[in-house]
Amino acid sequence: MMTQMVFQRIGIGFATLMVVSIIVFLATSILPGDVAQIILGQSATPESLAALRTELGLDQPGYVRYFNWLGNMMTGDLGISKAGGATISSLIGGRLGNTMMMAGWVAVISIPISIALGLWAAMHPGTWLDRIVTFGTLSLISVPEFFIATVAVLILAVELHWLPSTAYMTGNETFVELMKALAMPLITLVIVVSAQMIRMTRAGILNVMSSPYIEMAILKGVPRGRIILRHAFFNAIGPIINVIALNLAYLVSGVVIVETIFAYPGLAKLMIDGVQTRDLPLVQACAMIFCATYVVLILIADVGSILSNPRLRNPK
Amino acid sequence: MTEQVASKKEEEVLAELDSFAELPDAPPKRKFRLSWVGWLSVGIVVFWLLICVIGPTVAPFHEMDMEGDDSFLDAYSGEYGTFYLGTDYLGRDTYSRILFGARNTIGISLAATLLAYLMGITLGILAAVKGGWIDMGISRVNDAILALPTIMLGLIVIAALGSSIPILIGTAAVIYATSVFRIARALGQDIMVQDYVEAAATRGEGIWWIIRAEVLPNAAMPLATDFGLRLVFVVLFISSLSFLGLGVQPPASDWGSMVRENLQGLTYGSYAAIWPALAIASFTIAINLIVDDISAKSGGSLAKKMV
Repeated sequence: MMTQMVFQRIGIGFATLMVVSIIVFLATSILPGDVAQIILGQSATPESLAALRTELGLDQPGYVRYFNWLGNMMTGDLGISKAGGATISSLIGGRLGNTMMMAGWVAVISIPISIALGLWAAMHPGTWLDRIVTFGTLSLISVPEFFIATVAVLILAVELHWLPSTAYMTGNETFVELMKALAMPLITLVIVVSAQMIRMTRAGILNVMSSPYIEMAILKGVPRGRIILRHAFFNAIGPIINVIALNLAYLVSGVVIVETIFAYPGLAKLMIDGVQTRDLPLVQACAMIFCATYVVLILIADVGSILSNPRLRNPK
Repeated sequence: MTEQVASKKEEEVLAELDSFAELPDAPPKRKFRLSWVGWLSVGIVVFWLLICVIGPTVAPFHEMDMEGDDSFLDAYSGEYGTFYLGTDYLGRDTYSRILFGARNTIGISLAATLLAYLMGITLGILAAVKGGWIDMGISRVNDAILALPTIMLGLIVIAALGSSIPILIGTAAVIYATSVFRIARALGQDIMVQDYVEAAATRGEGIWWIIRAEVLPNAAMPLATDFGLRLVFVVLFISSLSFLGLGVQPPASDWGSMVRENLQGLTYGSYAAIWPALAIASFTIAINLIVDDISAKSGGSLAKKMV
C-alpha cells in the first residue's frame, strides 16, 4: 500500500511537471506579435521574415513546436538567448551553481535553528518568550522579503559597517571573502525561511499535543519536557519533514527578491533580467528549472510524510 | 394494556419533545471579541483603507511633484513646505508619495482579491454541487496552477504580456483564485451532504435556491477569515513584483516600487526606502494579527490550557 502511494505521488508529480511545461510554453507563446518580427525589426522584408520563421520552426503548428521545445529542453538544449545570442545553457551554468550554493547554506543554517526554536516555543507555550517568538515570527512572515533585506542592509551595512551591501563575487575569493559576500543574502533568507519553519514546527508539536495519548501522559504526571521529547516529537517528525521540504520550496520566491537586492549572480537574477528584456527563451528555461525544483521538493515533502507514518509503513 | 403502553409512549415522546424545546433552535451567536492587539490592528487597517480614499486630498504635495532641490534629504522645513519624511531619489516628498501609493498598493490588491474570490467561489461551489467531470476538469487545472511558485507564474505572465495595472490585477486574481477554489469546493462538498440540504432537495428546491439559501450562508464565515489572509498574500505578491520593477510602473507611486527606487539612498543614510516598507509591514501584520486573534478565540483544546 505504501509503495503504491509513493508511486502514485511520483506519478502525480510527473503529470504536474508536464502541465507546468504546457503552461510555461503557452504563456510565453501568446506574446502579441511574432518572434521573427521582433528579431528582425520593423524594416524586415517579407521574404526574410518567412525565411526566419521557417528556420525557427514558427510555421509549424503549435503542438509540433511544443514537443520540439520539450524534447530539446529534456536533452539539455535550452535554446539561444535573444539578447546577445549566447546559448542559454552557457548563461545558466554558473548561475545555477551560485543559486544552489546559497540555497544549500540557507538549509544548513536554518533547519537546526528552526527546529530548536520551534520545539522550545512548543515546550513553553504562553510564557513571554514564547509570545515573543510567536509574535516575531508572525510579523516576519507578514512582511515582504525585501523589507527584511532592506532593514538588514540598514543595520549591518549602513549603521554598523560590518558587511558589504552587495554580494559582488569575482569567482576566485577565499572562503572568508566568499562568506562575507554571501552573508547579507544568507541572513535575509535564513530569517525568512526560519520564521515560517519555527511557526510550523511549533504548530505541529502543539497539534500532536492535543491528541488523547498526550492527554493520558499529562494526566499520569509525565513531566512536560519528557512528553514533548519522547511522545510528541517522534509523532510530529512527519509534519516537520513536510515543513522543511515545503520551506525549501518557498525559498524559490525568496531567492528571486534577495538576488535582485544584493545583485547576487544567481539564476533568479538572470531570469529577472530576462523578464525585463523580454528574452522569452531564457525566461522559459529558468522558469522550468525553478518550477521543476519546486515540484520535486513538494514531492519529497509528500513522500516524506507518507514514509514517516508508521501506520502506512507497516500495513496490517 | 395496549392503551396504557400507548399512553406511556406518548408521555415519553412528549417528555422528549419538552427536552427538545429547551434546546435553542440555533447555536448562540459567537460574540465578536478581540484583544487590545486585535483592536489596535483593526484601527491600523481602517486607517490605511481611509488613506486609500482621502490620501491624495490630504497629501501636501502631488506624487509626481519634484519640490525639493535635492534628493535623499532628511525631514526638513524649507521654502517649498514641510517634508515630514524627507525626499526621495528625485527630490519628491516621501510622505505624500506614501499617501498616494496606498491607493495603488492596497487598491490593486483589494481588487485582485475580490476578483479572486468571485472566480474561486463561483467555480468552487459549481464543482462541489455538480461534481463529476466538471469537478474533475476544474480541479486538475487548479492543482497544476497551485503547484507552481506564485512569483514564477507572475514573472512568466509579465514576460509575455508586459506590465500594466489590469494585467497585474488579472494575474494576481487568477493565481490566488486557485486557493479560494480549493477552500470553497471543500466547504461546498461538506455542506452538500448535510441533512438540511438533503431536506431542501427532497422538498423540491432547485439547485440555485440551495446554493443561495443553504450553501453560501454556511460557507460565509470561514471564507471571510480566509479573505484576510489572502489579501495579505496578494499585497506581498503585488509589492514584490513592483519591487522587482515589474509591477506598478513609475512615475506612479506604489509602496513596493518606492522601496526599490530609494534603495541606493540607504548607503547615504536616507530612510526613504524604509518608510514605504514600514507602511506595507504595518498593513499586512495588522491583518494577520486580526485573523490570528479571531482563530485563537474560536480554537482551544485541553493541551493548550494544560501545558
